[in-house]
Amino acid sequence: MSDSWRQPRRILMVGLGALTVFYLLAPTLVIVPMSFTEARILSFPPEGFTLDWYERMVTDRQWSTGLANSFQVALLTAILATVLGTLAALGLTRGRFLGRTAVNALVLSPLIVPVVVIAIGMFGLFVQWRIAGSLVGLVVAHTALALPFVVVAVATSLRTMDRNLELAAANLGADPRRSFQHITFPIILPGVLTGAIFSFITSWDEVVIAIFMTSARFRTLPVEMWEQVRQAVDPTVAAVSTTLLVVTTVLLVLLLVVRRQAPAQ
Amino acid sequence: MTSEQPALVLRDLRKTFGSAVAVDGIDLEVRRGEFVTLLGPSGSGKTTTLRMIAGFMSPSGGSIEIDGQDMTRVPPYRRDVGMVFQNYALFPHMTAAQNVAFPLRMRRQSRPDVERRVSEALDLVKLRDLGGRYPRQLSGGQQQRIALARAVVFQPRLLLMDEPLGALDRKLRESLQLEIIRVSRELGATVLYVTHDQEEALVMSDRIAIFSEGRIEQLGNGEDLYDRPASLFVADFIGESNILRGRYEADGADGGWMTRGPWRWRVGRVAAEQAALEAGAAAALVIRPERTRILDGGSDLVPGSNVVDATVGEVLNLGPDTKYELTLEGGQRVSVREPRERGGRELHRGDQVRLTWAVEDGLLLADRDVTST
Repeated sequence: MSDSWRQPRRILMVGLGALTVFYLLAPTLVIVPMSFTEARILSFPPEGFTLDWYERMVTDRQWSTGLANSFQVALLTAILATVLGTLAALGLTRGRFLGRTAVNALVLSPLIVPVVVIAIGMFGLFVQWRIAGSLVGLVVAHTALALPFVVVAVATSLRTMDRNLELAAANLGADPRRSFQHITFPIILPGVLTGAIFSFITSWDEVVIAIFMTSARFRTLPVEMWEQVRQAVDPTVAAVSTTLLVVTTVLLVLLLVVRRQAPAQ
Repeated sequence: MTSEQPALVLRDLRKTFGSAVAVDGIDLEVRRGEFVTLLGPSGSGKTTTLRMIAGFMSPSGGSIEIDGQDMTRVPPYRRDVGMVFQNYALFPHMTAAQNVAFPLRMRRQSRPDVERRVSEALDLVKLRDLGGRYPRQLSGGQQQRIALARAVVFQPRLLLMDEPLGALDRKLRESLQLEIIRVSRELGATVLYVTHDQEEALVMSDRIAIFSEGRIEQLGNGEDLYDRPASLFVADFIGESNILRGRYEADGADGGWMTRGPWRWRVGRVAAEQAALEAGAAAALVIRPERTRILDGGSDLVPGSNVVDATVGEVLNLGPDTKYELTLEGGQRVSVREPRERGGRELHRGDQVRLTWAVEDGLLLADRDVTST
């Protein structure tokens, strides 16, 4: 009796679930096939199959420099945000100082403040500093944006780590530096890598700040896409989108692997 | 430096957290090679004391001396003291052998030395074959043995153990108790051991320091503490005790009396002298359950013994012994432990009996928290 009562409910739940998945995946399901179309303009459904647009992406100077720039900015952002964020997380979880709560809120604020507000504020400042429209400017801006992800990931690792391990290290003769090097850092490494991957992704597909911080001489991939789509809708954009998507997906899979490799505590 | 020099000296050691006093003036000397246990209920300051000795907390007052050197302000990594934690605190990203090698590597010993001493330490705890395993691949008991090997491999001046067997089941605990005793004897290690398990303390220790409210109530070997408790707290904490509260009345040089309601019990001369109570003071008479007897209805009172009426409650079979929970007039509970074959009639719940004990088996102690007379 309870089964006959449950059957329609189950169908409803599966249906709703499928609908949600479709809704989330739809843009992806449209853009990926479009990147293989033989048509000259962006269209759905695609016609035929070709890799021309991918070839165009890597041979065309504007697209390929955009790709290289994006990769460079994302990599530098990931390195800078990871180093600074790890240090900040250490200070915020282990340190005791006046205004710790305020500093914590400040570090996490880019998660809450609208990106466009950050972009305009930084633009004004960076023009004055003469780093607007350059690699340095964009890396600095993206680092601020990515910092909270690293701080949250590393602080979580630090908080869940058994503090007795650090006491044990000290007891066994490790000074604070060696204790960090041999014990703390290897144990929080999965958290640090998580932060690094999130930083990379944050910068990789960021467009709002990038529009303000780039120039005709220096453009990242998302900005290039935005510029190109305004002029002509050729399917290279779809190929570029698919590339962005694949890189992000690979990184997220990497993240799962990192998480699984973490020592079970 | 003489060989008589104690391995550890604590002088008036104190620790306060805000207005809360965790350790309230501890004085303790531990001889080289001695096994001393800090025993007490949780929150009595024993773990805080241990952590100050390890250097994890700095004292609010007093001093810590190890091998004659003042260590009060020395950071933990320069104290040369080994510690075993309750949760093992093995480094999860290192194998058992790497864990044991860690203190040697921190001391920059040569690779062959490290290898030799690690394998010696693993032999010592009988885990030679498991050196390549990670902590998560070891059982709780194996992890604790690796932690022990790691804490002794660098020949520390002092070995501290903070409830090391607290997380293990009873059977494993008992076998590891013997293992720890064997290892510490083989190495001639000086051990300071924290536990709240009195049986463990009695089995393992040369001397036991009973902690209560941040102070040492009494320091002595198991026999001292059991036969000559210095306070009611110690009498109650070590072993089981029947505590009869009342007022003390002196009776010349020949001991005295305890009175409680209609009852009057004789207090032995030795017990009275030790307690040195004023006449009329609130006092407690402590008798161990195995020193108490149940009198059968008809039998006569033996001269030189005390007596009180009681009602039988629970009757518990403890294998060779039977334990009787009895209630005195006024609701106080006492227990009696007797061999199972007690010869007389069998007792059941509700039976009226008389309890008796030899005068010299009653210990007289001051009753500090007087509520009833």
